[in-house]
Amino acid sequence: MSLKQRVAIVGADETDEIGIVPNKTPIMLHAEAARNALRDAGIDKSEVDAVFTCGVGFMASTQLAEYLGIIPKYTDSTATGGSSFEIYVEHAAAAIHAGLCSVALITHGETGHSGRMRRGGGGRGAFDASLPAAQFEMPYGVGGAPSAYCMAAMRHMHQYGTTSEQLAEIAVATRKWAQLNPRAMMREDLTIEDVLASRWIAYPFHIYDCCLVTDAGGAVVVVGADRARDFRKKPVWVLGTGEASDHQSLLGMADITTTPARYSGKAAFEMAGVSHDDIDVCEIYDSFTYTALVTLEELGFCAKGEGGAFVSNQRTAPGGDFPMNTNGGGLSYTHPGMYGMFILIEAVRQLRGECGARQVPGAKLALVNGTGGTLSATGTLILGAD
Amino acid sequence: MPEYTKPLPIPSPETQPFWDACKRHELSLPYCAACDAFFFYPRQFCPTCFSWDIEWRRCSGKGTLYTFAIQYRPQMPGFTPPYVTAIVQLDEGPRLLTNLVGIDPSPETLRCDMPVEVTWEDATDEITLPLFRPAS
Repeated sequence: MSLKQRVAIVGADETDEIGIVPNKTPIMLHAEAARNALRDAGIDKSEVDAVFTCGVGFMASTQLAEYLGIIPKYTDSTATGGSSFEIYVEHAAAAIHAGLCSVALITHGETGHSGRMRRGGGGRGAFDASLPAAQFEMPYGVGGAPSAYCMAAMRHMHQYGTTSEQLAEIAVATRKWAQLNPRAMMREDLTIEDVLASRWIAYPFHIYDCCLVTDAGGAVVVVGADRARDFRKKPVWVLGTGEASDHQSLLGMADITTTPARYSGKAAFEMAGVSHDDIDVCEIYDSFTYTALVTLEELGFCAKGEGGAFVSNQRTAPGGDFPMNTNGGGLSYTHPGMYGMFILIEAVRQLRGECGARQVPGAKLALVNGTGGTLSATGTLILGAD
Repeated sequence: MPEYTKPLPIPSPETQPFWDACKRHELSLPYCAACDAFFFYPRQFCPTCFSWDIEWRRCSGKGTLYTFAIQYRPQMPGFTPPYVTAIVQLDEGPRLLTNLVGIDPSPETLRCDMPVEVTWEDATDEITLPLFRPAS
């Protein structure tokens, strides 16, 4: 039983403001994004019968459903970090296809920037001292994402000859997309030389290899194929889905230069029945330049170890033959913490032709790949327009 | 001993033998007889074959630098940048996350696969951490 084209995304939107939004809490951002996505679809809140979310407390889906005044028949708080939202689309497709619900609301909201001032107001809970990382990682000064991803990147550079210049190609290409997007946080000119001359965050990562830390929320609405054409905008079909996780800590990786996108991507391509050459636009989670580079390899857009050569010569920039991260990415658009919602929304907008100056002409098929944790869990979606 | 300000591990029942051995300046890892292989981090069972027949065996403390990074921003309290986080590939098979010490933390001095050996940091009366340095 394939989930191909069983459901469509009929609503997708972000909070009114993204970037630095000091006057809103995470759950306020969830609600605002939900309102905007439902308005985008033209669906009344009363029709929502399934809620998918994480990041608002221990029981996120029930917390959010209560806050919004929804009595769901189906909820899911799968927490795989930044890939949660791609995985929710797959789970929603399965639940809708099984007849367990009919209108699925997937929400996100985080105050990665402003929330630093008020920890405990939602988001991620305190770290459990009994878990392995507390004994075998944190005592050595490994904590935030940059301190882990950089070690994966270092091995990739050693093993395959990937260079800082190649990583910088992604930062620069992504910035060029951001310059076409009025909502992007970082829009100043950026060159490869600028990236290489910038300060280290954690060698081998310069600051421009690292994503932004912002406040933002987003939401999408998913319905079954039978209702997909009943709403304001043309449906964006879910043609292929895949999810995978193969470790939590970097120590759990047999080969640190991989990601589970090799599994989730394969599943999504097989379900959709399309080839890599068919994809018009890619939205690939870029927590770091390296994350996007290694994911392209894992998804099979190039051979293992050839991601650096693949992205060279500004191939992923506007006008290049491989448009990627067209909103400006986590690197230059926004990145509140679990950025996967925003690559999903951007893919929907591209397939609807709503992207103005950054529109990829004639985009009919998009690939979205979320990555969560320390390269731990991925969700891949192949989405299509009629 | 000056006050130790970095995060300290709190041993759990399944990891206590590891930390007890560290206190004796011995690197001891869980070993699965069925797989004839070490594994890490410690669990009550082998994560490969799910055998619960586990013993502890002493390791050489020698290995290579699988990968590393130079942390220029403190990720945890008590650390003064720059410091080197490392994943060491032990000669016995498993990998450990640790700090590389006894070397200038600079992109010029560090390279993947360089030989390293264990050294010990007696953090408190209860906890000794296995760190690594370039092999002598």
